Amino acid sequence: MLELERKLRANDREYNLSFKYATNAIKTSKYNFFTFLPLNLFEQRFSYACFLHQVIPEISSLSWFTTVVPLALVLSVTAAKDATDDINRHRSDNQVNNRKVQVLIDGKLRSEKWMDVQVGDIIKLENNQFVTVSARSWSRSRSTTHRPHFGQTFPLLLLSETNLKVRQALPVTGDLGDDVSKLAGFNGEVLCEAPNNRLDRFAGTLAYAGQKYALDNEKILLRGCTLRNTEWCFGLVLFGGPETKLMQNCGKSAFKRTSVDRLMNVLVLCIFGFLALMCTILAIGNYCWELGEGSAFTLFLPRQNGHDAAFSSFLTFWSYVIILNTVVPISLYVSVEFIRLGNSFYIDWDRKMYHSRSDTPAEARTTTLNEELGQIKYVFSDKTGTLTQNIMTFNKCSINGKTYGEETGPAERKQHTETVDFSFNPLADPRFTFHDHALVEAVKLEIPEVHAFFRLLALCHTVMAEEKKEGQLSYQAQSPDEGALVTAARNFGFVFRSRTPDSVSVVEMGRQCTYKLLDILDFNNVRKRMSVIVRSPEGKLSLFCKGADTIIYERLHRSCAKLMDVTTEHLNEFAGEGLRTLALAYKDLDEDFFLGWQRRHHEASVAPHQREAKLEQLYEEIESDLLLLGATAIEDKLQDGVPQTIEQLSKADIKIWVLTGDKQETAENIGYSCNLLSEEMNDVFVIGGNSPDDVRQELRNARGSMKPGAAEDCAFLPARILGKSAQAIADEAVNGDFGLVINGHSLAHALDRSMEQDFLRTACMCKAVICCRVTPLQKAQVVQLVKTYKRAVTLAIGDGANDVSMIKVAHIGVGISGQEGTQAVLSSDYSFAQFRFLQRLLLVHGRWSYLRMCKFLRYFFYKNFTFTFVHFWYAFFCGFSAQTVYDELFITLYNLVYTALPVLGMSLFDQDVNDAWSFQHPQLYVPGQLNLYFSKMAFFKCALHSCYSSLVLFFIPYAAVGQAARADGRDVADYQSFAVLTQTCLLFAVTLQLGLEMSYWTAVNGLFVVGSLVMYFAVTFTMYSNGLFLVLPSAFPFIGTARNTLSQPNIWLTIGLTSILCILPVVSYRFLLAWMGLSISPTVLERGTGRRLSSCVVDVDFLPRRRFIVLRLREPTTERASGGGGGTRSKLKPHEASPGLGLPG
Amino acid sequence: MAKAKSGPLARRPDNSAFKQQRLPAWSPMLTANTVLPFFYFMAVICLLLGIWLLLTVQSVQEIRMDYTDSGACAHCHDLRKNVSNAALICTCKLYFHVDRPLKGDVFFYYGLQNFHQNLRRYMDSRDDAQMVGRKTNLKKPSSYCKPFATNDKGLPIAPCGAVANSIFNDSFKFQYLGSGSSDEPVPLWRKGISWYTDKNIKYRNPQMDNLSLAEVFHGTAPPPYWHRPVYELQTHDAINNGFINEDLIVWMREAAFPNFKKLYGILQRTNKPFESGLPKGNYSVEITYNFPVQYFRGRKQVVLTTLNWFGGPNKFLPIAYLITSCLVLLAAIGLTVVCKE
Repeated sequence: MLELERKLRANDREYNLSFKYATNAIKTSKYNFFTFLPLNLFEQRFSYACFLHQVIPEISSLSWFTTVVPLALVLSVTAAKDATDDINRHRSDNQVNNRKVQVLIDGKLRSEKWMDVQVGDIIKLENNQFVTVSARSWSRSRSTTHRPHFGQTFPLLLLSETNLKVRQALPVTGDLGDDVSKLAGFNGEVLCEAPNNRLDRFAGTLAYAGQKYALDNEKILLRGCTLRNTEWCFGLVLFGGPETKLMQNCGKSAFKRTSVDRLMNVLVLCIFGFLALMCTILAIGNYCWELGEGSAFTLFLPRQNGHDAAFSSFLTFWSYVIILNTVVPISLYVSVEFIRLGNSFYIDWDRKMYHSRSDTPAEARTTTLNEELGQIKYVFSDKTGTLTQNIMTFNKCSINGKTYGEETGPAERKQHTETVDFSFNPLADPRFTFHDHALVEAVKLEIPEVHAFFRLLALCHTVMAEEKKEGQLSYQAQSPDEGALVTAARNFGFVFRSRTPDSVSVVEMGRQCTYKLLDILDFNNVRKRMSVIVRSPEGKLSLFCKGADTIIYERLHRSCAKLMDVTTEHLNEFAGEGLRTLALAYKDLDEDFFLGWQRRHHEASVAPHQREAKLEQLYEEIESDLLLLGATAIEDKLQDGVPQTIEQLSKADIKIWVLTGDKQETAENIGYSCNLLSEEMNDVFVIGGNSPDDVRQELRNARGSMKPGAAEDCAFLPARILGKSAQAIADEAVNGDFGLVINGHSLAHALDRSMEQDFLRTACMCKAVICCRVTPLQKAQVVQLVKTYKRAVTLAIGDGANDVSMIKVAHIGVGISGQEGTQAVLSSDYSFAQFRFLQRLLLVHGRWSYLRMCKFLRYFFYKNFTFTFVHFWYAFFCGFSAQTVYDELFITLYNLVYTALPVLGMSLFDQDVNDAWSFQHPQLYVPGQLNLYFSKMAFFKCALHSCYSSLVLFFIPYAAVGQAARADGRDVADYQSFAVLTQTCLLFAVTLQLGLEMSYWTAVNGLFVVGSLVMYFAVTFTMYSNGLFLVLPSAFPFIGTARNTLSQPNIWLTIGLTSILCILPVVSYRFLLAWMGLSISPTVLERGTGRRLSSCVVDVDFLPRRRFIVLRLREPTTERASGGGGGTRSKLKPHEASPGLGLPG
Repeated sequence: MAKAKSGPLARRPDNSAFKQQRLPAWSPMLTANTVLPFFYFMAVICLLLGIWLLLTVQSVQEIRMDYTDSGACAHCHDLRKNVSNAALICTCKLYFHVDRPLKGDVFFYYGLQNFHQNLRRYMDSRDDAQMVGRKTNLKKPSSYCKPFATNDKGLPIAPCGAVANSIFNDSFKFQYLGSGSSDEPVPLWRKGISWYTDKNIKYRNPQMDNLSLAEVFHGTAPPPYWHRPVYELQTHDAINNGFINEDLIVWMREAAFPNFKKLYGILQRTNKPFESGLPKGNYSVEITYNFPVQYFRGRKQVVLTTLNWFGGPNKFLPIAYLITSCLVLLAAIGLTVVCKE
C-alpha cells in the first residue's frame, strides 16, 4: 500500500517496526549469488529465438554449434561484465552500510553500523560527519566558540554546496541538550509526509508532552550532508536507506543511451525487416522451385513426411532466417560495449586530463556513452566552481574617487610587483595578497574615508568567525564574496573577530572595539543590498550599506554627485575586467529618527498583513541620502584555460550556455572574461522582463533584430521515423554573433509551455546564452527543453549539488571534482578536475570515440552483410534449399575468431588525425554533431557496398571454378572446394577492406590483421585434418578440402581477382576524396598537394551539401578560394592562426 | 598499475605510449604518388596475367557431347521414362570424330546438367561415419540418411542416404575406330580419379578381420536404386571395391552447382596409338544407359578434354583478368586526369 503519511515514535523500536519502514541498509546492486544466473540470462534474452528454433530439425540448416558457440560466448562475456559491475556495486554498498554511527539504545550510546539504524532511533552526529539518514535535528552542542544563546541555530554544510544551510532545533528538544538519559526518555511522536524526493521542503509535526510543534525544512538534516560548526547533534531518524531524500533523488537515474544506440536499434529493426524480406523472397523462390524442379527431383530426394511445396517453403523461410541471421549479429552489442569500455579506459588513463594539484585523474564513470562525446552540440555549464575556481579575491577598490590595486592583468601581476607586506598586522591572513602599496600607506596615514571603507567591510556582513587559537581566525561565509571582503578588511587592519546576535567585535588598527549591532537589513535578490545599523563604541549611530552599484546610486545624497561620476568610471573599468563590483555607502543616523524608525520597524515586523511591503518601505526610508564611500572589485578567478577552452569549443560549433545562480552582472562579467561574450558581438540581448508578455516581446524583439523578417512560426524538421517526442526545431541561420542574457524571473516565464519554443528559437540563434539566477530545477528544464526540441546532443557540466539535476537530464553529465564534495561527480558520467579538460574530452576523446565507433559499425555491418548476402545469391543455384555457402565451422568462427580482433583493434587504436591536429582544427568536430560518419545514409551505403562485394565474391568463384577441373583432372568444382574458395575470398576481401578503413596501423593492429589470417589458415587446416575426421567423422566432413583446394593455382588466381575487384572501387573513391582535399589528415594534405604545411595556411571548410569537411592548403599570400557550400550556417571561418602543428594555448 | 603508489601524484596515470594513445603507428595514405603507380602496376599485372592465362587456356582442347536423347540413345531415353523398365538393360552408341589430336593426358568426364547435388537435404543425406568403415554406423546408419537409411525389410542400407542412392550409373565403353573399321578399345584408367584424401582417409571399407567384403557387408542392403550391392561394385579389384570404389567416391563429392562434370577415366598412354594422347580419327562410346534424367529435365554429356597446369578450358578467369585490367587502367587514367586538372 502506498504510504501517505509517516508516523513514528522516538525510542520505540517495536512501535515503529510495526509500520515496516525501510531500514537504513541501501542496495544498489542488482543480483546476488543465486539470482545472478537466471536474472542475467533473462536480461540478455536477445537471440533466444535463434537458439530455440535451432532445435527443430526440419529447419535447422546449421548445426547447433554454429549458433550456440557464439551465443554462449556472447552471453558469458556479457555476464562477466555485468558480474564485475555488480560486484563493485556490492562493494560500495557494503562500505556505506558498514559505516559506524552512534545510536542511542537502551539509554546508552552505542556504535552501530549504518545499516542497523532504524527509523525512530536517536543518533548522535559529530562535526564533519556525514548524515546517515534523513534525520530531524534534535539538540546541538553548546560549542565553545560561540556564545550559548547563539546556539539555537547551527549552520550545516550541504554536501557539495558552498552555502551553509542553517538548521535549527526546536526549543523544546534543544533543551534536552546532550543528556543521554533525558534523550532516552524522550517519547515524542512524529507525524510527517511520506518519503519523497523534494530536497527543499518538508512538512510534519512533533507531538511531545501534549503539545504539537511544527517541523519544516529548517529542522531536517538530510542524508549526504556534512555537519559543520557544531561539535555534535542529536537527531531522530525519520527516513532510512532507500527512503531518504538523497536516495529518492538519485535512485532511479534514467538509463542513458547514445544516439548511435538509438540509431542502431532502428537499424536493427530495419535489418530484421530486411531479413524477413530476403527470407520471404527465398521462400517464394523455394515454393516455385519445389513446384517445378523439386517435384521432378523427388525420385532422388523424396519429400519428408509428405510435405508439399507450400510447407516446404514455409520451412525454408525459417531455415533462411537461421542462415541469414548473421545480418543481425549477436556479437555486435558485445563488441560495441567492449569498444566503449576500452575508450573509457583511455579517458581514465589520459595524463593530459590529470590534475596534479588535486591528484585527480579524469574518470569515465559511465562506460556506455563514449561516442556521444564526439557529437556534442550544446554545452550547459555551471559557472561557480566550473568556469571559475570559486575562490574570490579582493582585487581592487575605489575609495573616495581614488583607485587602488594593480592596473596590469592578472598574469603579469605576479611577476612584476611584489605583494604588500601585512606584517604590521598580527591578525592578517597570510594567504591574502594585494599588490598596491598605496592602499596600505593610506590606511597607515589614517585617511578617514579609507578607514570608514574598511570599517564598513568589517561590520556589514553576515560572516561568522571561528577563532580556534588566539589570533588564528577562520571565517565561514554564506557567499565567498563576503568572505573575501571581510578578509580584505582584516588584512588592512580592521579585523572582524566575533559576533553575537547584537554585537560585532572588531580589532581596528590593533584596537579592540565592540559595535552594538542594532539591526541587519539583510540582502535579497530584489533589494540587492544589505545594511547594518550599528552603534560605535563612541556611541555614534551609523548605517553601513553595501550593494549593487545601480541600487546604491539611487539612494545617494546629492552631495556625492561628483564622487559618483568618478566612481562610476572606476566601476565600469572594474566590470570591464570581469570583476564583481559592489558599491559601499554609509550614513550617520540621527538618534531620534532612529528610535522612531526602530519602533515602526518593530510594528511592521509583527504586522499581520503586508509585512513584506511595510518592511520594504521602512528599509527604503532609512537607506536614503547615503554617502558614497567607494567600491570594491572582487575577482572570481577563472580556472586555468577557461577562455581558451571556450574559444576552442565555439570554433567546434558547440554552443555554450552558462546556467548560473549568480546575479546578472556577475554572470555577464564572467561571460566577458571567459570569452563567451565579446565586445565584437553584434549585440547582447538582456531579457529581464517580469511578466510573460514582456518576456515574449523581448524575445521577439531580439529575434527580429537578429534576423529581420524571421518567420513567426517555427520551422520544424521533418518528423523522425519512429520518433516519439515533439517535433524538432530547425536551426536558423543569422548573420553575425549575438549573445543572450536572461535572468531567473524571465526564464521562469520563458520556460512556460506557451513560450518555450519562442525562447528556444531566440536562444539558439545566439552564439552564447547566459541564464542567471536559475534554480537547479530550471537548469534541468532548460536542458530538457533543448533536448526535446533540438536533435542535438547536450552535455551538462557542473560541480555542485545544484547541478545534479541538469547533469542527470543532459545526454552526458560531466562533474568537476573540485574542492566541493562529490555529489555532482557521483551523478555524472564523466568527471575531471578542471573545466579546461572538457576540450580534450570532447575534441580528442570524443572525436576519436565517435570516429572509432562509426568506423566499427560501418565495417561490422559491411563484413556481416557481405558474408550473408553470398548465401542469398547461392540460394538461386541450390534450389532455395537453405544450403550454406560456407563450411559451418567457418560460419561459427567468422565473427568470433577470424574477423573479431582486427576490427576491435581498429576501434581501439584508430586515429584519423592526432590530438594536436584536433586541437588545431576544432572544426573537425563538426561532422560528429551532424551524424555524418554513421547515419541511415551511411548504413545504406554500407549495405550497397556489401551487396557489390557479395556479388563479386559469389559470382567470380562461381564462374571461375564452376566448370573447372584440376590439372590432374580431379574435382575442384565440388561443393566443399567451392565453400573453401568462397570463404577464403571473403576473408581476404573483408581483411583488405579493414586495411583500407584503418588509418593508424600500430604493431598491434598489424599483428591482429596478419594473426587473424594466419589463424584462419591454421584453424582451417586443423579442422580439415585427417586426425579430427577420424575422431568425429560426421563433425568434420571437410577432410582434406583445404589441402586439395588451396594448392590449386586457379583457386589463388580467383582469390586475387575477387580481392582486386572488391577493393578497386573503394581505393578509387577514397583516393578521390583524399585528392580533392576532402580529407582531414595533415600528412595526406601534405603529400596529396605536394606542399609543406609549414609554408601554407590551412583552410577548413565544411561543405554541407556534400557533407564533407574539407581542409585546403593555400599560399599565405593568395586570396582564399571561395569555398563551395553556398554560404549556409555551417560555413566555418578559416583558421587564422599561424600554420604549424603546435598545441594551441 | 602499481596500486601501492603513494605521495602527491599517487593517482597519476602511467605515461606509457599505450595508455596515452601514442603508440608508434604507420598511417597509410592514398596519395597520387602511391595510388596511381599502384593502379598502373596492377593494370599491367592483370593484363599480363590475363594474356598468359588466355594463351594457356587456348591450348586446352575439349570435346563435349550430349547423349541424353540424341541419335541411338533416344530409345534408351524413352525406355527410362518408365520406372518399371529400370531392370532392362539398354545400350547405345555415340559416334564422333576428332579433327585435331588431343595431345597429352586426356580426361574422360561424364557431365550432368540440372542435377541438384547441392540441395541441403540431399547433401545431408549421407553418413560419413558409415563410409569411413565404422561398424556401428554400418548397421545403424545416421538418421540423416532417411528415407534411405533402412530398406523395407528394416535392413540398414550401405551406403545409406540419397547421395549414394542416386549414383550415376551409366557406364561407358570408349572405342577408337581408327582409320579402318577395326574397333580398338581406348584404355582408360578408372583409378586415381578421386582425391587422395578421399580415397585413403575419408572412405574406408569396414575392417575385414579375415572376412570377405561380402561377409563384412552381410546384413546390409544396397541402396534401392542400385543394381548391385556395394561390395560388388568392382569385383576384380579389391582396392576399388566397396566404399573405396572410386566412382562412388567421385559421386559422393557433391558438386557445388547443378551443372557439373565428374571424372570417369583417364586415358592410358602406355600403348600405341595413345602414347601422346588421342590421335585424330573416329571414335565411339558405347553407353550403358541407366541413369534417368528426364524426371528433372536434366542432360547427360560425355566430355573429353586435355588439361594443363591451369586446369580446364574455362576462359572466364583470363577474360575476367583482362576486363579487370581494363577497369583498373580506366580508373587509373581517370584519376590521373582528375589529378592533373
